[in-house]
Amino acid sequence: MFSQLTDSLESTLKNLRGQGKLTEENVAESLREVRRAFLEADVNFNVTRDFVKAVKEKALGSEVLNSVTPGQQIVKIIHDELVAVMGGETKEINLSGPAPVGIMMAGLQGSGKTTFAGKIALWMRSKKKRKPLLVAADVYRPAAIKQLQVLGKSIGIPVYEEGQGDPVEIIKHGYQYAKDNGFDLVIYDTAGRLQIDEELMQELEKAKEAVHPDEILFVADAMIGQEAVNVAETFWQRLSFTGVCLSKMDGDTRGGAALSIKKMTGVPICFIGVGEKLPDIELFHPDRMASRILGMGDVVSLVEKAQQVIDEKDAKDLKKKILNNTFDLNDFLNQLRTIKKLGRIKDILGLIPGLNKLPLDQIDEKQLVYVEAILSSMTPKERKKPQILDGSRKNRIAKGSGTEISRVNAVLKQYDDMKEMFKKVGDMARKQNNGGQIGSNYTPPKVKKKRK
Amino acid sequence: MGLFSAIKSGLAKTRDALMGELKGIVGAGKITDDTLEELEEHLIKADVGVEAAFLLTDALREQALGKSLTTEQVLDIMRSEAERLLKDPPLFELKGKPHVVLVIGVNGAGKTTTIGKLAARWIGEGKKVMIAACDTFRAAAIEQLETWAERSGAEFVKHQEGSDPAAVAFDACQAAVARGCDVVLIDTAGRLHNKDYLMEELKKIVRVVKKVNPDFPHDMWLVIDGNTGQNTINQTKIFNQSFPLTGLVVTKLDGTARGGAVLSIASSLQIPIRWIGMGERIDQLVPFSKAEYVEGLFENALEEKN
Repeated sequence: MFSQLTDSLESTLKNLRGQGKLTEENVAESLREVRRAFLEADVNFNVTRDFVKAVKEKALGSEVLNSVTPGQQIVKIIHDELVAVMGGETKEINLSGPAPVGIMMAGLQGSGKTTFAGKIALWMRSKKKRKPLLVAADVYRPAAIKQLQVLGKSIGIPVYEEGQGDPVEIIKHGYQYAKDNGFDLVIYDTAGRLQIDEELMQELEKAKEAVHPDEILFVADAMIGQEAVNVAETFWQRLSFTGVCLSKMDGDTRGGAALSIKKMTGVPICFIGVGEKLPDIELFHPDRMASRILGMGDVVSLVEKAQQVIDEKDAKDLKKKILNNTFDLNDFLNQLRTIKKLGRIKDILGLIPGLNKLPLDQIDEKQLVYVEAILSSMTPKERKKPQILDGSRKNRIAKGSGTEISRVNAVLKQYDDMKEMFKKVGDMARKQNNGGQIGSNYTPPKVKKKRK
Repeated sequence: MGLFSAIKSGLAKTRDALMGELKGIVGAGKITDDTLEELEEHLIKADVGVEAAFLLTDALREQALGKSLTTEQVLDIMRSEAERLLKDPPLFELKGKPHVVLVIGVNGAGKTTTIGKLAARWIGEGKKVMIAACDTFRAAAIEQLETWAERSGAEFVKHQEGSDPAAVAFDACQAAVARGCDVVLIDTAGRLHNKDYLMEELKKIVRVVKKVNPDFPHDMWLVIDGNTGQNTINQTKIFNQSFPLTGLVVTKLDGTARGGAVLSIASSLQIPIRWIGMGERIDQLVPFSKAEYVEGLFENALEEKN
């Protein structure tokens, strides 16, 4: 996400980092680059101009603190300004109204409304303990209703539909159905439409009048260009939407739309779509996004991700095993699977400050698949005692995993290296622990820095 | 709606945005760097694309800097630069029986709709068209395409949702050979170009249809959403690295200030633009023509001025 914007800004700021003082000259030079980077990132023209102006004023007006370099200072100013433009705090959907709370989706064709309707329904059920109903009001696109039905079925959320009827009526009936049947959330999927299509825009206005949804979410493709502002402004004038969803944020888009739409309409972004599957939805965090844009990585997201998949007890056990050097191939396999749950290695590394500069495209995800296949082809006993692996066992494992013996040996070598490393760590810890076995609550003492 | 007027009304906003500003900027006297920068801004605003905007103003910088020119003269310079950047696509001809076209693109670009429109057009010309439903991933994509096939009267091959798209493509190509179809249109699932595994899936489709006939597919067309900004270039470049794209389809040009994207694509890539989508109706896909496009973008400016 935003990775190209980060790249452009980074090369600009590198120049600035080397310098000792913020002067009118070096600020202006770097801001020209920021301007270009923003435009190439599809940030709206007026938004860019205002942004650059605001940063310039703040940069020149601020006194350079002794503790930071001018480069750090301007990064901070740009960061704060980015956070401010993208909306400051995370916007949560308002669920305080009387049940059923209504959420209406709206946007251009192909922006991702139907998928988002499904994603939000699933998110609301799992994170907010809501009981959602989906209403299929896209009567124009062939098979749009069917699409919503299939999505609903896959996550066990009911879909209200009346075939190709009048969308406004369908929405009204959907609301009533939700009310009568104990749903506390109703999400209306609507047809994609151009903001200049008078007839269809009126239809949305009528639908809004009819059911007064608590939230109207404008769905935009994160790849949208300068047009973003025209589209968003018209939808906003007609509907006063209350939140924005950005789809396809898992692409390599520079994502300038996130900046533009918020700035021009004043409506915050609430959700982003980060994949094709229904659980691939995240709340939008302006501060994290700003950090990511500036190449500071997004450690908070990484930690949250890790917390979702790593069991605390497992983690403690593992630490114990590592320190006592009883880590076997069973643990190796478990670790591998946990890491896989985090997502693709590339994506994980991209969240870590500094590491996002590595040539991530060259990482071969398949390597891990091979390793997992090889480990899975061993018996639990073999994984516990790898030393029993003789030629014939290795041959069987190679065949079972569809690889060669050389690969099996490579995995075992990797494991040996790991053991060797863990041994050193463990020895060091034991030394400090007066030679005793290490319990799971052991924390290595901090190494004191020598003072000059 | 004729092709010419369709393009013209589709580009109306782009053109108006350009021209309105042009008058204000150029009328003021000699053309200076400031004038050009201002013009650049307005070109970018009109979604001409950053690169194309710089190309157009660079042409002006070379030819007009320091001179007092009329709006017509400035317009002429930009117009001839646009003509230089754009290329007419080579004449489309069927290279085999059947002629196989693989249609690819990111999610929501308009692949399925484009295929529906293409099928209708060719069937209208008396050709026998087969459509292959290889988007087996997205919910109800097969039904959506089937509706288009029914509307246009095309032959249709599908498997179940979740099945191997390459297998569907293979069956469709074989069936098309057996039934004597003139054209096969293969619909594929939307995929972001930065997802390697999805690119591999596409490569497999290509490998597999080559087993029916090594000449298949004759064409690979990339469908691009006209609303997309600078990412258009990335999409096209990365898809083109993996596949020899033979044409582009730019969709959703019936909105407001769009169409500039076309110029930007043409200026940075050597892939011909084949079709542009001007609306949701089945007949609203028109062949791209450089002359009509340039007319649509610049022509009315003179009338408006007088």
